[in-house]
Amino acid sequence: MSTQQVKFSDEALLECQKIIKRYPEGKQKSALIPILHIAQAENDGWLSSATMDKVADLLQLNPIEVYEVATFYSMYNLKPVGKCILEVCKTVPCWLNGAEDLVAYLEKKLKIKVGETTPDGMFTIKTVECLGSCGTAPMLQCGANYHENLTESKADALIEKLRTENTRKNYTDII
Amino acid sequence: MGKQLLLENINVEGIRTLEVYRKMGGYASVEKAIKTMSPDAVTEEVKKSGLRGRGGAGFPTGMKWSFLAKPAGVPRYLVCNADESEPGTFKDRYLMEYIPHALIEGMITASFALGANKSFIYIRGEYFYISRILEHAIGEAYAAGWLGKNILGSGFDLDLTVQVGAGAYICGEETALLESLEGKRGNPRIKPPFPAVKGLYGCPTVVNNVETIAAVVPIVNHGGDEYAKIGLGKSTGTKLISASGNINKPGVYEIELGVPVEEFIFSDEYCGGIANGRKFKACVPGGSSVPILPADLMLKTSSGENRLMTYESLSEGGFATGSMLGSGGFIVYDDRACIVRSTYNFSHFYRHESCGQCSPCREGTAWMEKILHRLENGLGRIEDIDLLWDVQGKIEGRTICPLGDAAAWPVAAAIRHFRHEFEYHAKYPEKVKDPKHTPPPMPSLATVG
Ligand SMILES: Cc1cc2nc3c(=O)[nH]c(=O)nc-3n(C[C@H](O)[C@H](O)[C@H](O)COP(=O)(O)O)c2cc1C
Ligand code: SF4
Ligand code: FES
Repeated sequence: MSTQQVKFSDEALLECQKIIKRYPEGKQKSALIPILHIAQAENDGWLSSATMDKVADLLQLNPIEVYEVATFYSMYNLKPVGKCILEVCKTVPCWLNGAEDLVAYLEKKLKIKVGETTPDGMFTIKTVECLGSCGTAPMLQCGANYHENLTESKADALIEKLRTENTRKNYTDII
Repeated sequence: MGKQLLLENINVEGIRTLEVYRKMGGYASVEKAIKTMSPDAVTEEVKKSGLRGRGGAGFPTGMKWSFLAKPAGVPRYLVCNADESEPGTFKDRYLMEYIPHALIEGMITASFALGANKSFIYIRGEYFYISRILEHAIGEAYAAGWLGKNILGSGFDLDLTVQVGAGAYICGEETALLESLEGKRGNPRIKPPFPAVKGLYGCPTVVNNVETIAAVVPIVNHGGDEYAKIGLGKSTGTKLISASGNINKPGVYEIELGVPVEEFIFSDEYCGGIANGRKFKACVPGGSSVPILPADLMLKTSSGENRLMTYESLSEGGFATGSMLGSGGFIVYDDRACIVRSTYNFSHFYRHESCGQCSPCREGTAWMEKILHRLENGLGRIEDIDLLWDVQGKIEGRTICPLGDAAAWPVAAAIRHFRHEFEYHAKYPEKVKDPKHTPPPMPSLATVG
């Protein structure tokens, strides 16, 4: 199996233990989805099979039970990704308000296509389905943050800011 | 502005905190219910209110609650559906983000009525930051004794947990949601058994939408009869509408059910008319799953009456000439919008979100997307329109969960009302290759505004 080092800080493990306790006796499997989010955030934004095996261990599940779940949900990345995933919503209300232009603009600016990552590992562009931000379209999500009512200049500023911060953005970030 | 029951205090400074929320009269429904009412009496008020589920299906909430099985010694659960993934819908987000205590108060009062001692709020993973807001508010409520053991000295205990999802529209379907909450893939269950009998962890469970649960607060405070006086006929109370698309003032509006559609779209109190001086072409009034209607049928029913924002009026005429209130995701299209491209966009969504358990849904959504893709990209044939019609008709009613229907209806409605645009695509492949091509005009001057 993979020899990749799986990272789980003490703080993260503590958080996992807290989550497991939220469910009735014997129902610790309920903790799987929240714990996979933590595991992903701890391990460079994606879930390797070694990371998933570690989660299976933690919850005393068969590895297959973890793989099944990890492959079903769109927020888990099963391959390495950039530090900042720009998840642009392209569903109808956003489309009516210029989502296609926004995607094209980001592709041109970052010189990558949807699904690709910049060579410096900083940005990945993804298109996603409705994020519940249709009234403030077009928009994109990056980590926990929603960036709404986007224009080209706002997108420029955002990319600039993310480049300067140079940190990985996770859904679990506290904002 | 009409009556505000849910958003009345949304602009009050600090309303996110327990202190301010309480000062504005918050948690009165918990006090009233726990101190002066029996659980069944609370359910009775909800029945009298005529409240219908705000998640999309519009099922009477009081009736749903009264179906909950109550075998002795078996725990019961209340699960709030905060998955909100129906394209065009963003009202639950607004409510939870700005008045988290409104949902928490509703959860306590509803849990008391149902006899649930452990309740969950299942929120879509993308709303992670809102789960933090809710958790903070829940922490405040525990500290103040509104949650936990022996609430208000009544002997009633309640634990409330926020569970995040991980990106899957199907987890909004209530049995898929329960599977997901149990730590599994979001595959909808075959019904029966219904969650009221066998739900979370095999125990009796009620699943309700965020807005439904929040509406329990004013119902208990004012009484079911008073609530039922608001609205029109069987569409009682207020409804949050998420307005988006080509309008001047997108956003969440709390309307008293019964407002005319024309007023909702064109008055400054609500959407403020069509943006950029364009014309009103079409509307999907209840989230992506409900039929699209051309402007004339949206404003007036086929019998010539003003269309109103009620469950009944929006579905007047059935699918031939009507639509549905659904989740209240109100998407407005101006005259530049290509309906074929819109339909392709939605069909991509449903193909992507199908859980894949039933062949008609899994294969049908893929076929619809494929056919629409070729029509939209100038490779379509005139026979494709009938083929598409045939495929959508073979999904509806043949699947485990309603996602299949939800994928089929928008396609059927688009062909029914905008067939000429599909024909245009088949006839002029070169013109439609440009994603920004101008769609052909309606045959009967149907654009108004
Ligand atoms: C594919 C699909 C997606 C759904 N998504 C949601 C959703 O995001 N939020 C919601 O409240 N109900 C959703 N529903 C409806 C739920 O199954 C269920 O009817 C609802 O949560 C019941 O609550 P209510 O009676 O308070 O409306 C969905 C249904 C289907 C079939
Ligand atoms: S209808 Fe579609 S989403 Fe629903 S259970 Fe069947 S395959 Fe899954
Ligand atoms: S369509 Fe983009 S957020 Fe809803």
